[in-house]
Amino acid sequence: MRAFDAHVRGCPACSADALTHVQMKRAIQVAGKRFTPSAEFRRRMQQSIAPKPQRSFHPGWIFAAAAALILVAGALTSTYVGTRSGRDQLFSEIADLHVATLASSAPVDVVSTDRHTVKPWFQGKIPFAFNLPELQNSEFSLLGGRVTYLHQTPGAHLIYDVRKHHISVFVFPEESLKLRASLGEHSLAPKELPFNMETWSQGGLRYFVIGDASVADIDSLAKLFKAE
Amino acid sequence: MGMSGVNPQSDSFAELALPLFDQLYNFAHWLTQNREEAEDLVQETYAKALKGFSSFQLGTNFRAWMYRILRNTFLTSRTGLRVALTVPLDSEDGPALALDNETPETILLRRSNSELLQSAIDDLPVHFREILLLCEVEEMSYQEIAGTLAIPVGTVMSRLSRARKTLRDGLRRRLQKG
Repeated sequence: MRAFDAHVRGCPACSADALTHVQMKRAIQVAGKRFTPSAEFRRRMQQSIAPKPQRSFHPGWIFAAAAALILVAGALTSTYVGTRSGRDQLFSEIADLHVATLASSAPVDVVSTDRHTVKPWFQGKIPFAFNLPELQNSEFSLLGGRVTYLHQTPGAHLIYDVRKHHISVFVFPEESLKLRASLGEHSLAPKELPFNMETWSQGGLRYFVIGDASVADIDSLAKLFKAE
Repeated sequence: MGMSGVNPQSDSFAELALPLFDQLYNFAHWLTQNREEAEDLVQETYAKALKGFSSFQLGTNFRAWMYRILRNTFLTSRTGLRVALTVPLDSEDGPALALDNETPETILLRRSNSELLQSAIDDLPVHFREILLLCEVEEMSYQEIAGTLAIPVGTVMSRLSRARKTLRDGLRRRLQKG
């Protein structure tokens, strides 16, 4: 091995060969990390694999009374809290999709700044069509898109850039989403969410714009979509 | 008496198996070349692994065990069977071919074209694709690869060498075209 090392050091052809070999190895390593699971699939698998607490309760009147109390309390508050927690949960899921995608090594499946490339790419992949805004004279640039899933519904996920902030725009068919009644025509994200977000319904589609950019930037991008 | 707890077996399985999720999915997608099939393959792999976890000896190589299950599941799937019928899996155990003087790698690396490399890997026969990914992407040792693919270490080395040669040829063809 020592003799081999000494030879490689002294021989330009062999050292060039060895260097190429190492560079190729690195290139394959990068190119090989190509596919990332969708956020929906990840969640599904985590739910099925993660250990579930196993509870066993002995029946008794205490439990029956407790259950009755919970039911009564639940009935009293379900309309308001149910709607709000359902909506918050939906916003959290959107935030998860946004973060999981940006954290992946290949956030977009179609890489293009051209809306006329990105829009047709979705043809046949999602069961609806939508328009992408013209970005000339705006600070936003399109980075690309990918198909995503929410509540087992395929949708479009677009990623935009504004001053090094990444903003996700999600588009789903309104009627396929659970809890759509809780969203209303136009909603802002709850304060607890660590992102700024805006969502609205337009032409039977539900749009979500989310990112760590300012409220004004989120609103500007939302307006560009609404104008389409 | 009320009690709550976790199943220690599924608990340690999740602890070992969840960190492998992304890399197993990547490998499955490379094998199947299809997102849905890759998801099915990963799902089936985890289901089989969880079922057979009691037979896994803690302290041995869990990663290689999971990859072996995934690969065996793939080989018995429809796509895998088609591949097995069309590709002679162990027919390449001859001496490794010498390196070419020309290096499409250097041209490729200069152009830093990852897409070109990905499409060349995509076009490799599955037995070359899998061994190259296990070695270069998963950074498995020859011993681990031998265990995963159930082949001797000597075959790992010769097959890897041929996989690299085939990849270089593929790259060269693409570079000549482009």
